[in-house]
Amino acid sequence: MKELNYITNGYSVKSWLLTKDHKRIALMYLLAITFFFFIGGMAALIMRLELLTPQADVVQAETYNKLFTLHGVTMVFFFLIPGIPAVLGNFLLPLMLGARDLAFPRLNLTSFYIYVLGASFTLAAAVLGGVDTGWTFYTPYSSTYSNTHVITMAVGILITGFSSILTGLNFIVTTHKMRAPGLTWFRLPLFVWAMYATSLIILLGTPVISVTLALVALERGFHMGIFDPALGGDPLLFQHLFWFYSHPAVYIMVLPAMGVISEIIPCFSRKRIFGYPFIAFSSMAIAVLGFFVWGHHMFISGQSIYAGLVFSLLSFLVAIPSAVKVFNWTATMYKGRIYLRTPMLYALGFIGLFTIGGLTGIMLAALGLDVHVHDTYFIVAHFHYIMVGGTIMAYLGGIHFWWPKISGRLYPEFWGKLSAMIVFIGFNLTFFPQFILGYLGMPRRYHVYPPEFQVLNVLSSAGASILGMGYLLPLIYLIWSLRYGEKAGDNPWNATGLEWKTPSPPPTFNFEETPVVTEEAYAYASRPELGHV
Amino acid sequence: MSDKELSHQFETLDQQADAATLGIWAFLATEVLFFGGLFMLYTVYRFKFPAAFVECSKLMDLRLGAINTAVLLTSSLTMAFAVHSAREGQKNSTVGWILVTMLLGSVFLGIKGLEYYHKFAEHLVPGPYFQLDSPNRREAQIFFSLYFGMTGLHALHMIIGLVVLAVIAMMTSAGKFSKTYSNPVHIAGLYWHFVDIIWIFLFPLLYLIGNR
Amino acid sequence: MDPDPITKATYIKVYLALLALLAATVAAVFINMGPFNILVTMVIAITKALLVMLFFMHVRYSPRLIWIYASLGVIWLTYLIGGTLTDVLTRI
Repeated sequence: MKELNYITNGYSVKSWLLTKDHKRIALMYLLAITFFFFIGGMAALIMRLELLTPQADVVQAETYNKLFTLHGVTMVFFFLIPGIPAVLGNFLLPLMLGARDLAFPRLNLTSFYIYVLGASFTLAAAVLGGVDTGWTFYTPYSSTYSNTHVITMAVGILITGFSSILTGLNFIVTTHKMRAPGLTWFRLPLFVWAMYATSLIILLGTPVISVTLALVALERGFHMGIFDPALGGDPLLFQHLFWFYSHPAVYIMVLPAMGVISEIIPCFSRKRIFGYPFIAFSSMAIAVLGFFVWGHHMFISGQSIYAGLVFSLLSFLVAIPSAVKVFNWTATMYKGRIYLRTPMLYALGFIGLFTIGGLTGIMLAALGLDVHVHDTYFIVAHFHYIMVGGTIMAYLGGIHFWWPKISGRLYPEFWGKLSAMIVFIGFNLTFFPQFILGYLGMPRRYHVYPPEFQVLNVLSSAGASILGMGYLLPLIYLIWSLRYGEKAGDNPWNATGLEWKTPSPPPTFNFEETPVVTEEAYAYASRPELGHV
Repeated sequence: MSDKELSHQFETLDQQADAATLGIWAFLATEVLFFGGLFMLYTVYRFKFPAAFVECSKLMDLRLGAINTAVLLTSSLTMAFAVHSAREGQKNSTVGWILVTMLLGSVFLGIKGLEYYHKFAEHLVPGPYFQLDSPNRREAQIFFSLYFGMTGLHALHMIIGLVVLAVIAMMTSAGKFSKTYSNPVHIAGLYWHFVDIIWIFLFPLLYLIGNR
Repeated sequence: MDPDPITKATYIKVYLALLALLAATVAAVFINMGPFNILVTMVIAITKALLVMLFFMHVRYSPRLIWIYASLGVIWLTYLIGGTLTDVLTRI
């Protein structure tokens, strides 16, 4: 009789919707975030279509405002923040720890349904006519003057925050209490360290955005005028509260991506990672330092110049741990045996593009420079280099790397490589011109611009269509592989890590017997029998 | 020990209990930050509008606030007794102390409701009907927004706490717990104590500003 | 779970201390200590909170990991308030 795996163990809708299996929950999240990626992507495509010409031809100003708000909200709160943690983290964490499930499986399912509830409110706000405040909801516009569905969307986002918090909590407890025998902290895969650091940020930052959006909703609904200048209120306090979360949020979005890269690079270099403790500690350093720098989003807001100086200095410091990682990944590849498979292509792309994004981040940390480029396309390019060039590439790399484990099938390698290259080219064509546009002074969130900026905008929009194609291809061939892909063995990459010691796809309770760990992570050198990829 | 006490993902009851304890403390850390946003706003506005805050604090009912604080502290004691009994495996004692805790919690909410009603009657609810005969009238609305926001959020947590306690009481009554397994009671206790600690700070910050 | 390391008698002593501190903090409202009023009030509140945490919430008998997570929230809240005050207090 064929062995049951987590996919075949129960076919009813109820067995999926009421599952406690972290792997099934991960797949449900995968569907949900892919749906939101599509929505956010469509908003972006319409925006880039509008920006092909200097005048308004496709949409009016009000609609454009609603589009960039929808793009920001869906991409940040419903795709990037849940993204790698809810899909890859949920799927892999127990496997990497040698555990049967997360610490609190029912809480995990609850997290998913809270996400669905928050998502419903947000979609409702969009369908009812949208919100025009930008994903940043600055007061007093959002709290008093906007005539759009701010309350509905704010409530949706604050509810989704709780989904994030409960997932982070689950990961923290699982990592502390459910490691297999012999799996000490310094033998953990670096992906686990990354998820732990991310979970700490989620725990300590997300509640603040939830309470802040609740206050905006209360101010709109019940005239509780905390941000209202007419009552002596300070609208800037909203920004302090908002960015206290939203800056660390960018580390929620990038740390898991870095964790994925730390898994891919050693495998496709057949070498143990260089400087394991430094990468582990740098994840924790990023989590902590990331909370100190939020004022760099507020340099021109009316914030005290002295506070600006402090935030500027701290923002330079937070770049250091990220740089440490880039050096260590590079050193790992030095004298390694490099295999340029699809996951590795995405990982290499990540390193290059994240470095560009990070270096421009250091430029922005300089108060003087930021004053010139704040609210221009320079900022837009900077964060898209990190979020798209960084996080999304790492996400795709991770999906490809672990696809055999998740689905039991191999994706077609030719199409994988081709898509990676299309994504890389499309991405750079879309966003590099935006650095130049921003530096030349084109403001962000505008649907019209002076005619001299048209060429660069056309390049960017052309890039966006190529990038869209690059994203569509994996959607097609990954689904194709579910039926027609070559069946994967337990360990198609001959990688180290406990997740590769169990069948592909894994059985519901992950391991026949709880594994015992006796060696360091990434022990490629001491396991020559692993051979090549 | 029955097999039903140990969930499948854990190896031992101790591991399960440790996980539950760490889990609730991690959750309480998030709650500190959740209330924390309001504490931050309070700190800034108290610094900016000291006269308004002193004046508004005098409009708070010190006697009811103090009584409520005593009620909540007592409920923490009874909750500690409940958890103590649960860990000893004493079913009836546990249910009894939980019910007393719930009663005290309800008294707290009743008194709070009375205070809210008074504020409503005195036109001290922020919004178009706010009335205060004072040069600090504008900033006073900020104080009262914070008052209703902070105590309202606290009251919401109390209501959730009462629901949780009701469920725990029913589970205890149904014999789900024993000397070897009483995590839900313990977790509910930690949550209840936390909500008490929030009030321990809210009371002086809102009711005890300046001198009377 | 192990039996409770704290006795009912200890709980009652802690409770009485809490009530005494409550009385003290209310009494302090009627005594003009100038800028020290707020300091006294906060010290009393922190003491009460610590009593609840250490005894009612068993932190005194908990492992170090719990001590860390129990303090994490407050430490982070200090950053939030402190960071914002660096702006609010130094505006020209």
